[in-house]
Amino acid sequence: MATPELTLKATGRAKRRLVVNRFAEAAAVAAATSAIVVLGIMVWSVASRGLAALNLDFFTQGPALFGESGGGIAPAIVGSIVLVAIATIFALPFGVLTAIYVSEFAPKRWADQVRLWLDTLNGFPSIVIGIFVYTLIVKEALPVLGIGGHQSAIAGGFALAIIMLPLVARSAMEVLALVPNQLREGSYALGVSKWQTVVRVVLPTSFGGILTGTTLAIARAAGETAPLLFTCALASNTVSWDPTHSVQSIPLTIFTYSESADPNLHTQAWAAAFVLIVFVLVTSLVARFLLDRSRRKLGLQR
Amino acid sequence: MEAASIPSGDSSTFAHSRGLRDRLGDKLFYGLTALASLLSVLLVLGIIWRIFKGAWPAIQHFGLSFLSNNVWNAPLNEFGARDLIIGTIVTSFGAMLLSGPISVAIALFLSEIAPPAIRGPAGTLIEMLAAVPSVVVGLWGIYVLAPFSAQYLQPWISSVLGWIPIFSNGQDKVESTVFAAILVLTIMTIPITSSICRELFLGVPEELEEGAIGLGATRWEMVKTVTVPSVRGGVIAAVILGLGRALGEAIAVTQVIGNFIPLQRSIFEPGDTLASRVANQYQGAISELQISSLIYLALILLVISFIANFGAQLIVKRSERKLAG
Repeated sequence: MATPELTLKATGRAKRRLVVNRFAEAAAVAAATSAIVVLGIMVWSVASRGLAALNLDFFTQGPALFGESGGGIAPAIVGSIVLVAIATIFALPFGVLTAIYVSEFAPKRWADQVRLWLDTLNGFPSIVIGIFVYTLIVKEALPVLGIGGHQSAIAGGFALAIIMLPLVARSAMEVLALVPNQLREGSYALGVSKWQTVVRVVLPTSFGGILTGTTLAIARAAGETAPLLFTCALASNTVSWDPTHSVQSIPLTIFTYSESADPNLHTQAWAAAFVLIVFVLVTSLVARFLLDRSRRKLGLQR
Repeated sequence: MEAASIPSGDSSTFAHSRGLRDRLGDKLFYGLTALASLLSVLLVLGIIWRIFKGAWPAIQHFGLSFLSNNVWNAPLNEFGARDLIIGTIVTSFGAMLLSGPISVAIALFLSEIAPPAIRGPAGTLIEMLAAVPSVVVGLWGIYVLAPFSAQYLQPWISSVLGWIPIFSNGQDKVESTVFAAILVLTIMTIPITSSICRELFLGVPEELEEGAIGLGATRWEMVKTVTVPSVRGGVIAAVILGLGRALGEAIAVTQVIGNFIPLQRSIFEPGDTLASRVANQYQGAISELQISSLIYLALILLVISFIANFGAQLIVKRSERKLAG
C-alpha cells in the first residue's frame, strides 16, 4: 500500500489563490515601475533635446530675431525671478499669519473651517485664478488706489501668490502643530505673553519647516503658466526688473515657443524646459529632504 | 477663547504687573492673525464673486442657452459652451478611469508590497512627477507622447475596439487628439491620487491587516477585504481630487488636444475643453462679449471643480471620523 504523498505544494483552490495573489502583486509593481519610467522618459527627453541649446548666450541674451538661430531667454529668467519674488512677498506673511491663527489661537471649529477654505482655494483651477486677477486689476484699474488697468509683473505675481498661499499656510500649520506644547508652557510659566511666545519661541522653532514649505510653494509657482496668461503675458523682448510692467517668464516662453512653427524656437523651448525642470525638481527634492528632517527633529523633542 | 491654552487664573490681579506692551501686543497679534485668516477665506469668496461679475454680461446676453449652444464664433459674437463642457468631462473622466486603478495599485505597492528600502525613493520619484510643471508635461506631450500615441497606441486600440464609435478612426494617426489629452491628464493626476491613497493605506491599523494574514489570507485577499474597504471613502475622495486637477488643467491640455470644436465622435480626433479654450484665447479676445464669455467658461469650470473638491473634502472628513471611531 502506497503511503499518500504529503507535499507542501499548493494545489487546486489554494494554488489558484496564490496565483491570483502573485498576479496582483505583479500588477502593483508594474504600475509603480511605469510611473517612474514615464518620469524618466520625460526628464531624459527634455535633457537630451534641451542641452544642445544651452550655452552662455542662452542665459544672457534676449530672443533671436525670427528665423535666426541662437538667442536666449534672459528676459524670461529675470521676469520669472521678479514674479516669484512678488508672489512670495504677498504669500509668505499671509500664509504664516493664517497658520499662526489656526494653530495658536483659533478654536477647533474655526481652525477646521479655515483649513477647508484653504483646501478649496488650493483646488481652484489655476486658470480661474488668472482670470480673477485679470478682472480685478488688469481689465480695469482698482477703484480707489488707481493702480493696474494693464498687465504687469505685480498682477502676475499676485496671481502666483494666490497659488502659493494655501501651500505656504498648510505646510506652516503642519510644522507649527509639531512644536511641543512644553515649549509654549515653559514660556508662559516664565511670564512671557502669548504673542512674545509665538514670535520668540514658536516661530524660531518652526522656522526651518516654514522655510522649506515656502520653498516647495516657490517651486510650484515658478512653473505655473495659466495664472500668467491674462495677467503678465504681453511683454517686450528686453530684460526688465520693473514690476509695474509686464515681464516675460520661463513657463510662458516655453508655452508660446512650443506652439510656434519655428524649429529653432522648439529647441529653445526644450532648453528652457530643462532649466525650469532642473530648478523645480532640485528645489523640491532638497526642500522635501529638509522638511522631513525638521519634522523628525521636532517629532523627537516631544 | 483667544487664549485657550493659557491656564486662566484671575487675570485682574496680575493686570497691573503685565506691561501695556504685552496686553496690547496680544490683542494686536491676535487681530493680525485673525485678519489674515479671514482674508484667506474672503479671497475664496472674492474669486467666486469677481468671476461671476465678469461673466455677468455674457450670462445676461446668452442666459443658460450658453450651456447647450455649440458655436464659438468671435466675429459674429456668438458663443456657447456645450462641446467644451462635454470635452472637459470626457477628458477628465477618461483620465480618472485610467489613473484611478493605476494610482491605487501604486499606493498599494508603496504601502504594502515594496521592501522598506525601496519605499522612500520610489515614493519620492512618483511625487516628483507631480512637481514637473504642466507646461513641460505639455511640451513633452506634443513632441514625444502624442506622436508615439498616434503612431502605435491609437491604431492598436482602434483595431481592437474600433467597432465602438468613440474608439474609431485610430488609423488616421492624428497627433492632437482628445486621447492624447487623456494620457497627459492621467500622468498628471497619478502622483496626486497615489500619494493620498498611500497615506490612507499606511493608516489602516496593522492589527486588522495582520488578522487577515493570520486567518490565512494572501496579501491580495488582505488588500481586497481589509485594507481598501476600511478606507474606501478616502480612496474615492483621492480619485475625485485627482479629477479636480484634471478638470482645471489648462496648459498641458491646450498644447495637445488640438483646440477644435465641434467635438468628433471618436476620441482619436481633436477636441477642446473649458480650461483649454480659455487658455488659448488669451491674446485673441476682440470684444467685451468674448471676454465675458471666456469668463463665463471659467465660471462653469469653477462651479464644476468646486463641487468636485468640496465633495471630496467632505468624504475625507467623514471617513477620517469613522476611522477615529
